[in-house]
Amino acid sequence: MSLRSPLGTALARGSAREGVGHWRTQRTTAIALLPLTVWLVVSFARLPLADHASVTWWIGSGWNPVLLSLTVVAACWHSLLSVQTIMEDYIHQHTVKYWSLLANSGGHLLVGAGAIYAILRIALRGAA
Amino acid sequence: MNPRPLSPHLQVYKFFPTMFLSILHRITGVGLTLGLVAFTYWLASAASGEYDYGRALLLLGSWPAQVLLLGWLFAWCYHFVNGLRHLGWDASIAIEKAQVRRTRWWVVSIAGGAWVLLAWLLFCGRGISP
Repeated sequence: MSLRSPLGTALARGSAREGVGHWRTQRTTAIALLPLTVWLVVSFARLPLADHASVTWWIGSGWNPVLLSLTVVAACWHSLLSVQTIMEDYIHQHTVKYWSLLANSGGHLLVGAGAIYAILRIALRGAA
Repeated sequence: MNPRPLSPHLQVYKFFPTMFLSILHRITGVGLTLGLVAFTYWLASAASGEYDYGRALLLLGSWPAQVLLLGWLFAWCYHFVNGLRHLGWDASIAIEKAQVRRTRWWVVSIAGGAWVLLAWLLFCGRGISP
């Protein structure tokens, strides 16, 4: 049974019926990022970052490219959802909000795809 | 669209440390979003070869970039520890007023301590500059 009035539905007021998914994905990605970002920061502390050969060897070896890609996906997804929330909170003008949300999604996809492409390029260098 | 009723906003409330920690969670979150761009830039420079990686290191080793990197390190520490508190609240853990007041100081001290320790580990002696 719906508690929404026919007029409310016609005016497109009320729930967009996707809030729970947004909320849950934000938390799931947050939990995934706890171990992943700790792993990343510890790795940064141990890596000789000034040495290109060591850095690319580390990015491409073992499970590192998989974990790095997962970190990128989780971080971009978490970030996309969060910036969306902030935009929805603070931008009130409809057209500006619409284009901002679109730019947010596009920007995050671009950054995520760019990072994963770079990881794959390094990891598959020997295989090509 | 018709103007919708608005709830009272910031200026009508007395300032509380809770408000500062709350907005700092958003600020550090947005900061980390920008950090994601820098991380991708770093990965892309490593992928495009030793020369480009060297140029990226020169840029990341400059003092404004080092200040930014220190800021991102703080943002990560704070967002991580305060995020744990948020996840706890979502599970109805430590959600009473007194507990929230107490864990506030845990967040500030743990995040601050982790920041200093990690800054020392990541920046002192070795740095990232070539």
